[in-house]
Amino acid sequence: MAFGRDVRSALFRRVQSFAQTELNVFGAASVITRNTNDVQQVQMVLVMMLNVMIMAPITMIGGIIMAIRQDVALSSMIAVIIPLMAVIIGLMLKAALPLFQSMQAKIDRVNQVMREKLSGVRVIRAFVRTDFEERRFDEANRDLTDTQLKINRMFALMLPLLMAIFNFSSVAIIWFGAGRVDSGAMPIGNLTAFLAYIMQILMSVMMAVVMFVMVPRAAASATRIKEVLDTLSSVNDPEEPTAESGLSGQIEFRDVEFRYPGAEEPVLCGVSFTAYPGETTAIVGSTGSGKSTLINLIPRLYDVTGGSILVDGVDVRQMSLSRLWGRIGFIQQRAFLFSGTVASNLSYGKEDASEKDLWHALSVAQAREFVAEMPEGLEATISQGGASVSGGQRQRLAIARALIKRPEVYVFDDSFSALDFKTDSKLRAALKHETAEATVIIVAQRVSTIMDADRIIVMDGGRVVGLGRHSELMDECETYREIVFSQLSAEEVA
Amino acid sequence: MSETTKEAPSRGRAGPGGGGFGPGRHLGVGMPAPKSKDFRGSFKRLAGYLRPQMALIIIVLALAAASVAFSVVGPKLLGNATNLVFEGALGAQLGQSLPPGTTKDQAVAGLRAAGKTDLADLLASMDVTPGQGVEFDAVRQLLMLVALVYALSALLGWMQQYLMAGVAQRAVYQLRRQADEKLARLPLRYYDSQPRGDVLSRVTNDIDNIAQTLQQSLTQIITAVLTIIGVLAMMFWISPLLALVSLLTLPLSIGSAILIAKRSQKQFAAQWKHTGTLNGHIEEMFSGHAIVKVFGRQEEAIEVFDRENELLYEASFKAQFISGIIMPSMNFINNLNYVAIAVIGGLRVAQGQMSLGDVQAFIQYSRQFTQPITQTASIMNVMQSTVASAERVFELLDEAEEIPESQTPVTMPRVEGHIEMSDVSFRYEPDTPLIEDLSLDARPGSTVAIVGPTGAGKTTLVNLLMRFYEIDEGTISIDGVDIREMSRNDLRRTFGMVLQDAWLFKGTIRDNIAYGREDASDEALDEAARAAHVDHFVRTLPDGYDTVLDDEASNISAGERQLLTIARAFLADPEILILDEATSSVDTRTEVLIQQAMSRLMKGRTSFVIAHRLSTIRNADTIIVMDHGRIIEQGNHEALMAAEGFYCDLYNSQFVDAYDEAS
Repeated sequence: MAFGRDVRSALFRRVQSFAQTELNVFGAASVITRNTNDVQQVQMVLVMMLNVMIMAPITMIGGIIMAIRQDVALSSMIAVIIPLMAVIIGLMLKAALPLFQSMQAKIDRVNQVMREKLSGVRVIRAFVRTDFEERRFDEANRDLTDTQLKINRMFALMLPLLMAIFNFSSVAIIWFGAGRVDSGAMPIGNLTAFLAYIMQILMSVMMAVVMFVMVPRAAASATRIKEVLDTLSSVNDPEEPTAESGLSGQIEFRDVEFRYPGAEEPVLCGVSFTAYPGETTAIVGSTGSGKSTLINLIPRLYDVTGGSILVDGVDVRQMSLSRLWGRIGFIQQRAFLFSGTVASNLSYGKEDASEKDLWHALSVAQAREFVAEMPEGLEATISQGGASVSGGQRQRLAIARALIKRPEVYVFDDSFSALDFKTDSKLRAALKHETAEATVIIVAQRVSTIMDADRIIVMDGGRVVGLGRHSELMDECETYREIVFSQLSAEEVA
Repeated sequence: MSETTKEAPSRGRAGPGGGGFGPGRHLGVGMPAPKSKDFRGSFKRLAGYLRPQMALIIIVLALAAASVAFSVVGPKLLGNATNLVFEGALGAQLGQSLPPGTTKDQAVAGLRAAGKTDLADLLASMDVTPGQGVEFDAVRQLLMLVALVYALSALLGWMQQYLMAGVAQRAVYQLRRQADEKLARLPLRYYDSQPRGDVLSRVTNDIDNIAQTLQQSLTQIITAVLTIIGVLAMMFWISPLLALVSLLTLPLSIGSAILIAKRSQKQFAAQWKHTGTLNGHIEEMFSGHAIVKVFGRQEEAIEVFDRENELLYEASFKAQFISGIIMPSMNFINNLNYVAIAVIGGLRVAQGQMSLGDVQAFIQYSRQFTQPITQTASIMNVMQSTVASAERVFELLDEAEEIPESQTPVTMPRVEGHIEMSDVSFRYEPDTPLIEDLSLDARPGSTVAIVGPTGAGKTTLVNLLMRFYEIDEGTISIDGVDIREMSRNDLRRTFGMVLQDAWLFKGTIRDNIAYGREDASDEALDEAARAAHVDHFVRTLPDGYDTVLDDEASNISAGERQLLTIARAFLADPEILILDEATSSVDTRTEVLIQQAMSRLMKGRTSFVIAHRLSTIRNADTIIVMDHGRIIEQGNHEALMAAEGFYCDLYNSQFVDAYDEAS
């Protein structure tokens, strides 16, 4: 039990320390399973193992000693029976292991087909492909059934076989014992006692051995846990953090390069620019151009692989993480809310925020109206992940959450995408006022969102291909023009 | 002897079977099983799935009975063998101490004369010939018989489990299939109202749970019950007195087990509760990893975690500790029983009222006796959880299906694509009207743009057109035919759909495009791919059209996925189109391609577009403006701008500095 607690705790802490890179390697869902289900698996087998493993050898050794005391010659039978059982079980496990693995894969397949069917139900019905889907599921179902049948049929043999060995042993004991009793080498009472001891020994061997059936799965779980524990975070606190001199929130990228571990091509290459306080710096570019990666580097969700990022002149890697994070308000594309209430989510960045602060942030984020419309207002419950509010509402709440923190740097990662044009523009107007002195960095797809930024950075293929104001870029930057024309008609651009 | 060891695998349930090795499966004594609502009814219904295989089940039962009978007879026969050896040994001993030729009667009389009445009684009850040692022929014959009996028992036991595996797996296969077929008949309303994970869990986890029980617990409980009966019968046959003594300790062991289980139950309940909270916390913190970090809340996250983790630890420790007492205390009572039998049995053997072999057999029986009882108790617990799972599956199977198709569906040889909606009303919830008295006339080949803020209910219209939901009032007709007069499949075949959430399945790119039309020729497929600008990028992939899209189709970009769905629609070549333009996650160059492909696709087809692009909106023949789930304005661009209503507002808002409005 303590084992489970400690492993869970170690896992949780380790994952908390992970940078995004490490989390991506495993995937959030997998890390969750590893922290919960896998630990449970291992712990359970461990408990049972300890129970059986401590009891079984004691019973066995006690039994053997007593058996030998009864009759040495007959005891030699033990040397035959136990290895025989071990061999049979070993052979079975060897045959079963690959089957178990393939069964797991087939369960995954059934899950996958089902998940696809559930998520794609509209498409399936629109294209009238229900029959096809039924065949697809049936195939996976049949496949799984066949494998399970194979495994179960194999294990159907195991118990009767072991029992047979067990029972034949007792027959053999009486047979050989009869000779010894007849020749007077052994009193009859000892034969009965001997039989009881042998049964006890075999029973404990069998218990122990049956345990091994459980080991493969637990071992798989243990490997999965170990993988996480063996992974070190790539982003760590510096040993001696440097303090910045002035605190304005100026962010400078100096020839930044970033490549994902193992990737041949860097995602970002030679990126240099400065975002000044009191100004809005926008980043546009096609997907895969490295926009999101670029801003993830600022709070060190990843670390640069070349060049450096400076906040007020200090390399982010030289700052303590808590200090760095304290200065940045980060709003993700996929807004994530925690279960709790609207208020508990908003005050996530600043626990002592007053109700007035909360409402103010909500009005700036254009969320006041819908929160006020909720019967419980600020105390309205938010379900995990924020599923109880719509996508646009979620984004606005996430923006309000960052506003309450009052950071010096705001980073918006395409955080306006779920908003309609009208709300989008209202929100930006209000934000401008609110974040007047802060450094604002916005990543966006919509040109209308970033047209009036002080500085627009155009990314393509991981490089900066344009930098300037809208009007300048329209003249100079071909990529920018392409982006703009794909979204607006000529007269709107002008 | 043959049943005792089954206890070990049954507790862990780690043996073969379905994949569900999760914590829920390990229902040892005292773990709370999720309660079923109607145990009896659901159990009967679950049993119904076995009915088609009744003949096989009867065979399985017969095999189980025979296997148990053989294994129960074994110890008694073995006891007889011991008797033979004992008699032989005694005979040999007597032969040494008595003059040769003395008969057994003479020996008995001699013993009585010497005052050793006990020994005399013992001898009198036995088939001993003084001077004659162990009759090895007889022993061999008997032991051969025992071996045969055991071998048969094993063989029959194996056959029984082998057959049962087939029975269980077939039943579960059937159940899974039924669930799948049911899902195909459920209305979209069900899909939209039910959390996806929950439905998935019903079809997978719950059915797995049932599979495990059918496979393992069923055979176990059959043999356990049969063994109890068989062993009890043998015990009474051998010695009614000893049997009664054994039965006496039974209430004692059951009572103490229940007593302890009750206490541990509370702790187990606490353990599962804390497991739930802890898992919830972990899930949430890991899903929101970046937010937790950037907001500097790791300390708190760890604090909460530690608190919950500690609670879980305490609860599981207590639960384990208390339930850990069960085994030793049961053992203790069993040993008391053992001593009682040994003492009374020994006395009776000495008095010649019972043979040594019978006592030996009896001890074996009494050891076999308690095991199946505890086993039955723990299986009862497993049953609870299984029936609870079954109920969740049955709930799914009992959901109301789509309203039946028209008996005489109209088939249209050619569809022009003229869509009329007249006085259509629809509501998801009975008391919140969504669409009221909507009328719309879309001429063949025209474009209808649906615009409005997020969450305005733009997809509702799509739902109604495709008959994913049924309208409450009014009519929707295609070329003058009410869509309710058509079969759903015919109706949907006239539509093509490209949604924002580009749904693709795990399979090759070719298969995914061919999803639009199963019988499409290669040329048609190529043509569709080229029209949708898919051809070029597919050819840059290492396996071209045979590239398998992986799980979340992450090996191609979001824009490329969208293009694939357009290609799929091209291939389907529908008369009417439904398009969703939302492109928030698509890069701008692909965006241009998508736009071109979409306009090409729309050419000559009646199209409903959930529009985000102003150019599409402005060029549309009709614009439907939705807000708060209702259609508030309708008309073309010029008309709506002139009306200076919501649309006008929406349109202008993109370029005016809206700060004044906002504050």
